[in-house]
Amino acid sequence: MIFVSVGTQLPFDRLVHAVDAWCSAGEREAVFGQIAKPGPNGYVPMHFEWQPFLDPEDFRARFSQATIVIAHAGMGSIISALSIGKPIVIMPRMASLGEHRNDHQAGTARRFATRAGIFVAHDENCLGAAVDSALKAVAGSAVGSRPKPDPRLIRCISDFIFSESPRALRRSGAHGSGGG
Amino acid sequence: MVRRADVPEQSRSKARPIRVLVVASGGGHWVQLMQLRTAWLGADVACVSTHLGYREEWLASQAESDRFYAVADANFSTKLRLARQALQVAIILLRERPSVVVTTGASVGYFALVLGKLMRARTVWVDSVANTEELSLSGQRVEKFADLWLTQWPEVAEGARVGDRAPSYRGSVL
Repeated sequence: MIFVSVGTQLPFDRLVHAVDAWCSAGEREAVFGQIAKPGPNGYVPMHFEWQPFLDPEDFRARFSQATIVIAHAGMGSIISALSIGKPIVIMPRMASLGEHRNDHQAGTARRFATRAGIFVAHDENCLGAAVDSALKAVAGSAVGSRPKPDPRLIRCISDFIFSESPRALRRSGAHGSGGG
Repeated sequence: MVRRADVPEQSRSKARPIRVLVVASGGGHWVQLMQLRTAWLGADVACVSTHLGYREEWLASQAESDRFYAVADANFSTKLRLARQALQVAIILLRERPSVVVTTGASVGYFALVLGKLMRARTVWVDSVANTEELSLSGQRVEKFADLWLTQWPEVAEGARVGDRAPSYRGSVL
C-alpha cells in the first residue's frame, strides 16, 4: 500500500490530482490517502480510498505499513519517514495557489532533497516520476539514516531548564548567536 | 555558566524537581517536540498538544509524567478557535505553574510562551526546522518573550535579526 498524507488543515488538490492520475495510468499498487476535506470546488480522488482525518495511532500504523509515502513537504511527514527508513515523495505547497500561508515548504523540499530516502517532486508534473523512483528505491532497499537530534541542541535546552541562573544563560545565548 | 553535569542533585531529582511544560501543536511541531524529549529528563514535566490521540505517545515517551492536556486545534486564520485555545492554555498554566515552558510552535506554543512569560516562567522557543529561510510568524512574534530563542538553521540565525537581537542556532532535531 502507498500512503498519501497532506496534513489535516488545508487541502492540496494538485498533489491529490497528480496521485489520482498516477493511479489511473496503469496497474498500480493500492493507494490510501489521508487528505484534508476537499473544498466546494475541490478535487475528489476517484482512484484511491481516502479519509479526511486519521487518529494518530491509525495514521502511524498505515504510515509504517506503507511501501512508500507520498506527502506535502511538511516536517511531520519527513521526520516520521526518516525515523523508520520509509522512502517518501514530497511535493511543496505554494502560497500563490492558496495551498499554504507562505512558501516555506519549497525551502524545506530544497533542503531535504539530498537526503537518502527523500524524493522531491517540485510540482504535479514531476510527481509520477518521483513516485516511480521511490518505488525503485524500495526494491533496492536504499533507505536513509534515522534522524537523531543534534546533541548540542538537547544540551542547550537541558542546560537552560536545569539552570537556576537564566540571566547567565541568556547572555551566553546572545553571545553565541553573534558568532553564528 | 552552570553546566548540566555540574548542577547539584537538588535541582535535578531530590526534593522538588523543576516543573516544565512542553507544548506543540499537531503534525510536524509535535514530531519535533518528541525529538527533544531527552532534554527534560529528570524534570517534573507536563505536555500540551492539540490532539488527544497523542496522549499514548506522550505516556510512552515519559516514564514519570502522566499529565497530558489536549486543547483546541487552531491557527492564526481561525480567530474563534484561537481565542478558545489561548484561554485553555492560560488555565493549564495556572494549574501547572511551570518554571520553564518549552515549545516548538505553532499558535498553541505562542500562547504558552507569552502567557508563561507573563507568569514569570523561563521560556524556550525552538522554531520549526521547516522554516529554512526565515523564522515562522509565531517565532518572530515571541522575540520579546523567549529567553532562549532558537532556529534550526544557521542562515536563519544570521538573517532574522529583530532589533538588536537574533535567534540562536544550536543544531537541529534531525
